Amino acid sequence: MTSQAAPPESPPASVPEPRKRRLPAGTLYRGREGMWSWVLHRITGTAIFFFLLVHILDTSLIRISPEAYDAVIGTYKTPIMGLGEVALVAAIGLHALNGLRIICIDMFSWGPKAQRVMFWVAIGLWIVLLIGFVPRHLMHVFGGE
Amino acid sequence: MAGAATLEAVDNTPKAEAPIQAFTVTLIIRRFDPEKDAEPYWQDFDVELYATDRVLDALHKIKWEQDGSLTFRRSCAHGICGSDAMRINGRNRLACKTLIKDLDISKPIYVEAIKGLPLEKDLIVDMEPFFASYREIQPFLIASDKPKDGKERIQSVAQRERFDDTTKCILCAACTSSCPVFWTDGQYFGPAAIVNAHRFIFDSRDEAASVRLDILNDKEGVWRCRTTFNCTEACPRGIEVTKAIAEVKAAVLRGKPDIPKK
Ligand code: HEM
Ligand code: SF4
Ligand code: FES
Repeated sequence: MTSQAAPPESPPASVPEPRKRRLPAGTLYRGREGMWSWVLHRITGTAIFFFLLVHILDTSLIRISPEAYDAVIGTYKTPIMGLGEVALVAAIGLHALNGLRIICIDMFSWGPKAQRVMFWVAIGLWIVLLIGFVPRHLMHVFGGE
Repeated sequence: MAGAATLEAVDNTPKAEAPIQAFTVTLIIRRFDPEKDAEPYWQDFDVELYATDRVLDALHKIKWEQDGSLTFRRSCAHGICGSDAMRINGRNRLACKTLIKDLDISKPIYVEAIKGLPLEKDLIVDMEPFFASYREIQPFLIASDKPKDGKERIQSVAQRERFDDTTKCILCAACTSSCPVFWTDGQYFGPAAIVNAHRFIFDSRDEAASVRLDILNDKEGVWRCRTTFNCTEACPRGIEVTKAIAEVKAAVLRGKPDIPKK
């Protein structure tokens, strides 16, 4: 190194401050299809669970008060609920298709090697399912009977 | 090389050798000194590197030329000892096996400690919980009888092949610390322990498969696996980790491993 000796009167503070960065936590782990399919599977599974919980409760209203049941179930006919149904079908469809993929991974010796292909096949089938369902359903919701 | 006496005339005139290109690469390293810092922070360093260098070389250059306090583990520097698993650009890798040319150096390279184990300093974590899980699956041959001729336990090629993949583990913890289940549940045995259990469960010479299957049938055992394949993608030895875990799951369900009879 060719660094000159610092003049004696200068304080030893010539050591540069570390170039700190203000980034919060660690980086997000960059997993691939397997990790993201699991994230989606957990989100959709939990969402379906809460929908079913509410749905079982509202359906059970019929035993308590048929009028209340009619009122609650009537709200399913609103456009907002119509869009919610799209989300529900999308979530169940993805969860079910990816669920079959997970079953293949665990049950068949070829499963783990084919997991990435199976993920994209599941996504493909899911899109086909949505193309079949969404336009028809939205026509039903917004086009009137 | 010595003894390279070739018969043909070799053109030994030195060619105008293309200068090997060096690049300035920025590394952003997550630092933590328990005696000084309340929390880890990111620090960046510029290093002159060649495409053929590895991330480990970059860390060496920083430690030797810029900041001697940078702390990391390495021993063999050749992918054998399993000391230097770390998170490089968000993925678990061995620093000594990650070539600079395989990374996008137009952007900084992020280096941080592996996740899910207690952080000690800079890139070093406490590996003890990891090794404790490893010890728990009894990673040694258990056999009641003596070898037939007093020498060796014979095994067919097919039987040896059955567990070949899981013999390659170097216990680097790249797999276990890439697992989202392990991050949130440190009690989970983790992929590495299951890989090393697989190595003995599927060994025809071993007699304690049922003991290990019992251990891994625990609620913190194989059933925690959510098949995210992060482990398989992280393993520097190319072990099909998720597949090995699936085979152990199947063996738990059947009550015994499927090992070739001959
Ligand atoms: C439609 C057919 C369905 C199939 C084929 C299916 C399949 C699966 C499979 C194989 C798993 C295991 C995932 C793993 O090992 O990582 C799973 C997890 C799960 N399922 Fe389903 N499922 C279905 C419907 C449902 C429904 C209706 C619900 C909601 C009540 C649901 C909620 C969940 C939840 C919460 C998980 C846990 C996710 C996790 O641990 O990451 N599933 N599903
Ligand atoms: S299975 Fe692979 S990633 Fe896991 S500890 Fe062994 S060598 Fe490392
Ligand atoms: S230093 Fe030994 S595996 Fe990298």
